[in-house]
Amino acid sequence: MSDLTSQTPVTLEGDARFGDYIALMKPRVMSLVVFTALVGLIVAPAPVDPMIGFTAILFIALGAGASGALNMWYDADIDAVMRRTKGRPVPSGRIDRHEALSVGLGLSALSIVMLGLAANWQSAALLAFTIFFYAVIYTVWLKRRTPQNIVIGGAAGAFPPIIGWVAATGTISVEAVLMFGLIFMWTPPHFWALALFMKGDYHKAEVPMLTVTHGRRETRRQIWLYSLALVPVALGLALTPVAGLVYLAVAGGFNIVFVALAWLVWRRDEATAEADNYATERGLFRFSLIYLFAHFGALLMDAALAAGGGGF
Amino acid sequence: MPLTQTHDLHRRRLGRNIGVALSLLGFCVIVFGLTIAKVRQGASLEAYDHIARPSITVEDTP
Repeated sequence: MSDLTSQTPVTLEGDARFGDYIALMKPRVMSLVVFTALVGLIVAPAPVDPMIGFTAILFIALGAGASGALNMWYDADIDAVMRRTKGRPVPSGRIDRHEALSVGLGLSALSIVMLGLAANWQSAALLAFTIFFYAVIYTVWLKRRTPQNIVIGGAAGAFPPIIGWVAATGTISVEAVLMFGLIFMWTPPHFWALALFMKGDYHKAEVPMLTVTHGRRETRRQIWLYSLALVPVALGLALTPVAGLVYLAVAGGFNIVFVALAWLVWRRDEATAEADNYATERGLFRFSLIYLFAHFGALLMDAALAAGGGGF
Repeated sequence: MPLTQTHDLHRRRLGRNIGVALSLLGFCVIVFGLTIAKVRQGASLEAYDHIARPSITVEDTP
């Protein structure tokens, strides 16, 4: 007898909790998007009504969530293989793949229209391009074809501060481009450090990560090179009007440590790394998270000091 | 047969429905707040709607 009152645990496909839809939007990625877009909006030299600013950030975050849902729709097959991602709503069967597509497309349209109505259509166009770039150019087209996938995906993740800036000013300027550059150059060392110590996952999923296609030695070298290229971008931002002494101090200190850690990762061989369970690579990965939040946090502090009359 | 006991299925659906309801309510509040903010910015609330409106007519310059 089929009995719905039975307490037997069953997997009910497509009958997700509300939290599963939140998980579909990659909330941890959204938190980074909210923070960087907020900084872009606040440091921009144009006053924004708090309600309009709040709405703009909310729909930029929703747009990021929509592109996350589209990513989970397309990548369900490789997510099911990787240990890190197999518990996601689509591969675990809690949300149907086509439902993820519908949620992604629906939220994309909603976020673009609402950002256009709340702020301006220039920022809405940028948000539309970012969703297209992440979902189509990165996820569908290039992620499975090139070992430079991380670099390309990093570009999509780097757009939020520009969108925040454009939502406030209506135009793009050098400060916004440097904020984009900071996230863009930061992404490869961050994710390649992760790929060094999560080594089985990408290989199993047959995603052409640099560690798989060019080897771990080359990945270490690329981490070092991108870390060097990151420094002038981070310090270049210090020369613009949005940065002050707080940013200069943070950028100076954090870039020395970042480059030092990247150098240590480059100089290590696999035997040494295996022996201490990739302690230095894990250290670089963790430090890179703090690095990004510190840089954008410093911009926010400088803006607060300038607003309070204590700017430098 | 009538369903007399609450199954996990019902709890999940209730949670989902409450989540959707709160999201819609939040959306309405945001649209209302956004409207208030836009109006307070002083933008014109008049538009052409098949009635002559001299207040928004741009005069020709000779």
